[in-house]
Amino acid sequence: MTLGFTLAYLALIVLIPLTGLVLRSASLGFPGFWHVATDPRTVNALKISFGTSLIAAVINVIFGVIVAWVLVRYRFPGRRIVDAIVDLPFALPTAVAGIALTALYSRNGWIGHWLDLIGIKVAFTPIGITIALIFIGLPFVVRTVQPVMEEIRKEVEEAAATLGANRFQTITRVLLPGLQPAILTGFALAFARAVGEYGSVIFIAGNLPYVSEIAPLLIVIRLEEFDYAGATAIATIMLLISFFMLFVINLIQAWSRRRYGYGA
Amino acid sequence: MALDPVQVTDPTATARHATTERRTARFILTGIALVFLALFLVLPLVSVFVEAFRKGPSEYFAAFSEPDAQAAIRLTLLVASIAVPLNVVFGVVAAWAIAKFEFKGKAFLTTLIDLPFSVSPVISGLVYVLLFTSQSALGPWLKSHGIEILFAVPGIVLATMFVTFPFVARELIPLMQEQGTTDEEAALSLGANGWQTFWHVTLPNIKWGLLYGVLLCNARAMGEFGAVSVVSGHIRGLTNTMPLHVEILYNEYNFVAAFAVASLLALLALVTLVLKTLLELRYGAELRAVGGH
Repeated sequence: MTLGFTLAYLALIVLIPLTGLVLRSASLGFPGFWHVATDPRTVNALKISFGTSLIAAVINVIFGVIVAWVLVRYRFPGRRIVDAIVDLPFALPTAVAGIALTALYSRNGWIGHWLDLIGIKVAFTPIGITIALIFIGLPFVVRTVQPVMEEIRKEVEEAAATLGANRFQTITRVLLPGLQPAILTGFALAFARAVGEYGSVIFIAGNLPYVSEIAPLLIVIRLEEFDYAGATAIATIMLLISFFMLFVINLIQAWSRRRYGYGA
Repeated sequence: MALDPVQVTDPTATARHATTERRTARFILTGIALVFLALFLVLPLVSVFVEAFRKGPSEYFAAFSEPDAQAAIRLTLLVASIAVPLNVVFGVVAAWAIAKFEFKGKAFLTTLIDLPFSVSPVISGLVYVLLFTSQSALGPWLKSHGIEILFAVPGIVLATMFVTFPFVARELIPLMQEQGTTDEEAALSLGANGWQTFWHVTLPNIKWGLLYGVLLCNARAMGEFGAVSVVSGHIRGLTNTMPLHVEILYNEYNFVAAFAVASLLALLALVTLVLKTLLELRYGAELRAVGGH
């Protein structure tokens, strides 16, 4: 009975609406779908969405791993508070993050003011989009990598050290390969979240078509024009690309598990 | 690596050096991490409050006396008070079904529950627009019966339920799986019925995990922007939640009011983080099974 309720609720809230999206997209027919998919504005929006998400996810991996390492390995005053703050992007509504980042990075903002002096414009450019996506993606990397780092057994590092490896070699040859599946998972989660992100991006992006217009915003614009077919087609393309990328990452993970014998 | 005298005389220092970085490296890495977090996370949070109080406390509090702002706050509370309890009931039932029974397709079901996490919020809203628009199969029937879902409160509640759907279930599933079924079997063999078993045995076992899930679910429900924005229709005083009201005020260049309303949401986020940290500190062992998001 509980299973029946679970399935009914799942179907009503999630599955039926999502199926509706797919059916609607199918009713466009291939020519109609292709017309929307190859529209230059759509192609540009998808390029900007996936491009900025990729850069943000890579930056998040680099700094997320450092943050996780510092939190797991080092003891310093306020560590608990710093650890709690990492979850801020999960708790802070995206619209609030969006206007706060815009205030910081606009030409007269605290950070934007300094960047403006050296000629870097952040707000209303793809750099601004990337900054917002770094904000929302960071906890995905830290929270995926952190528990795996905590599980690393000291013996492994000791063995490496007794065999003559210096610290740098121990980290790059012994520790990082073991963390690789977790890092990849964190990357995938941050990337997937970034591609679909809307609230924190639209304020800082400036939303210039062909320059700083993200795919989710183009869906909203099409909806406001009552172009439901166009909105649906863009949504379907986004879902397809996202699922394909997650599938590829799953394959890489399975491969690295076979190679290293363990994984996240 | 040059050995200094301390390392030679103190063997534990040498051992420590083999499994951790040099002092300077530790210092630099900690510095990078702290500066990064301060720049990207703390500074935006601080700026919300600074911008909100830019013209003094009287302007700040004036933002809340505006009727549209009050309507937005009421609507946000209303939506959360419907969506969160429904998802709690679902989450408990789904976790119960998945953790305590064996059936085929369990892994697939768990994946489906996580699905809303991997869908863009805008698409989450879009699916309801497609379902209930006047051009859809359901649309004319709803219209003839006078039922308004889209651009009205029910649509906002549905979109919020969609995006917050996995929170409670995915906190509870690993927790209940780890606890197994022995406690329930004992209760049942002692003559308790199913409901008594749930109320007196299962629920006390999962209460902290449940609270944790409710906390995260509520934070997202009150803060959701993309999905709600698509289905709301942005009617001032009627279908504007707090995040949508922030957007409208901001786009009208009414920055102090926008950041004032935003500061309430930021406070909600801070309270959520504090409660979450307290739960993790006190009941860390019981929550250990719970993963990230």
